[in-house]
Amino acid sequence: MIEVRSLVKRYGRHLAVDHLDFTVEDGQIFGFLGPNGAGKSTTMNIMTGYIGATEGDVLVDGHSIYQEPERVKGAIGYLPEQPPLYLDMTVEEYLSFAAGLKRVPRGERGAQVDRVMEMTGIFGGRGRLIRNLSKGYKQRVGLSQALLGFPKVLILDEPTVGLDPKQILEIRTLVRELAQNHTVILSSHILSEIQEMCDHLLIIHHGKKVAAGAPAQLEQELSGVPALELTVRGEAEGTRSLLTGLQGVAGLESVPCSEEGCVSFRLEQAPGTDLREAVSSACAGAGVPLLELRRDVMTLEDIFLRLTAGDAEGASGGADAPECPPQPGGEETSGETPEADGTEEEDETP
Amino acid sequence: MSAIYKRELSSYFNSMIGYVFIAAMVFFNGIYFMAYNIYSGLPDFSYCLMSMMSILMFTVPILTMKSMAEERHSRTDQLLLTAPVPLWQVVLGKYLAMVTVFLIPVLLSAFCPLIIAANGEAHLLSDYATLLAFFLMGCVFIAVGMFLSSLTESQIIAAVGTFAVLLLFFLWEDLMSFLPGALSNVLSAFAFRTVFYNFAQYQVFDLSGLILYGSLAALFVFLTIQTLLRRRWN
Repeated sequence: MIEVRSLVKRYGRHLAVDHLDFTVEDGQIFGFLGPNGAGKSTTMNIMTGYIGATEGDVLVDGHSIYQEPERVKGAIGYLPEQPPLYLDMTVEEYLSFAAGLKRVPRGERGAQVDRVMEMTGIFGGRGRLIRNLSKGYKQRVGLSQALLGFPKVLILDEPTVGLDPKQILEIRTLVRELAQNHTVILSSHILSEIQEMCDHLLIIHHGKKVAAGAPAQLEQELSGVPALELTVRGEAEGTRSLLTGLQGVAGLESVPCSEEGCVSFRLEQAPGTDLREAVSSACAGAGVPLLELRRDVMTLEDIFLRLTAGDAEGASGGADAPECPPQPGGEETSGETPEADGTEEEDETP
Repeated sequence: MSAIYKRELSSYFNSMIGYVFIAAMVFFNGIYFMAYNIYSGLPDFSYCLMSMMSILMFTVPILTMKSMAEERHSRTDQLLLTAPVPLWQVVLGKYLAMVTVFLIPVLLSAFCPLIIAANGEAHLLSDYATLLAFFLMGCVFIAVGMFLSSLTESQIIAAVGTFAVLLLFFLWEDLMSFLPGALSNVLSAFAFRTVFYNFAQYQVFDLSGLILYGSLAALFVFLTIQTLLRRRWN
């Protein structure tokens, strides 16, 4: 289990990570989601011991990265956003070096290097110079390095960035396979990727946690009461008075309609109500043909955009304040507005 | 530490830097040896080493400039600093690799006093003591270069900065004459060039000077570790 406790990272006046708390259970695929510059890489760099935190601690199975750095680092395999590759080495030389660094016993190094190369599909290119490899191949060499020593935890920072669609699919498949034996923490700013791969996700913005939970749970809990969008054939004023007369209507606004003789509305429903039947019956009763009626359900993407909206406002003091209900299992979403420090976007890799 | 040492050592010979450094050292050593000992007939190899001191000031920055700066620039330091290896081992592994590369031309030059002895009178004890001082002086230069390399991502800045500091060491005694008496007396304790001249010119085995060299090398290795630690926490 990994516990991140009240993590803070300051660069001068700029707050890159702001009191971040979360727990990753064993065997989870944990996704870090946030826009560019949200603090994902900084948090991962702190978790792996590459940089120190201004405040807070990271515990892996109860061992602090600051008190027992070698022990904790030995339990973590890390693939940074830019794979740390020595271009003047061959793939096999590099992985043998990385195995030595990770203190893999001398007698097991060759076998383990062969095994991770097979797992990542780079065995055929073992003798090639890293400088001559394609981006996707380099990414897989980086991933192989993270796998050496078969650490309990794998931390992968944007593992699919810059890859072509085929390579992305291959990496995703590989990560899913790895998750059977490892706890995987991965970051991305691509929502579909996180949604597809992770069973738990954490959305951060301006270094703060804005939501956490399983993707489906977040969708359900954060989407609120869905609005209705409807199109009828008739005139606007009569339809408006018909709809506003219904009980449970919290708001009604006209939306543009492309069909001639028709009007469209967006109807906000009061909490706990579902007005689809009432709208349909009212239109039928008044002899107004109802051409279209649909619920505007918020997808995870909408939620993400809402929670991380207002980069500009964030810089001037008003990023959207999230309205996330408490999450089960002690995970509580922050209800605070991300701090406005008036500084530019953080540099992810200081 | 041995993994880092081996990787560093091989990197000097996977690129041209190791070969260029050794070739430059051997080439200039050969020229000075030929000029002083072969043509002029001087029996002391130590004079050749005195001249090699200035060559060392130019070649060591080439050797050390990439040691830390390149890792930071290419982000490969993320691999080293997130591995279960203490930071001091990372730094020491790199330092010892550079010292090993430097040791190769030093060992090659160790044949020169034997060539002199084979052809006439030679002062082997004084020559080899000077060679020891020369080696330790190189170790200090390398530690300075590594420290400067840890301060920047740019290899050029690291090389130029190292040369500037080594020049300062070289001119130390001359600069002291411009300082007030008390300050000059204190700072003269770090008379870097004098130590080497004691060996090379006056045939004196300056033990305190060797301790100064050892201490300076250890100090700059320590400062390199502290620089990396400080960057981590800032």
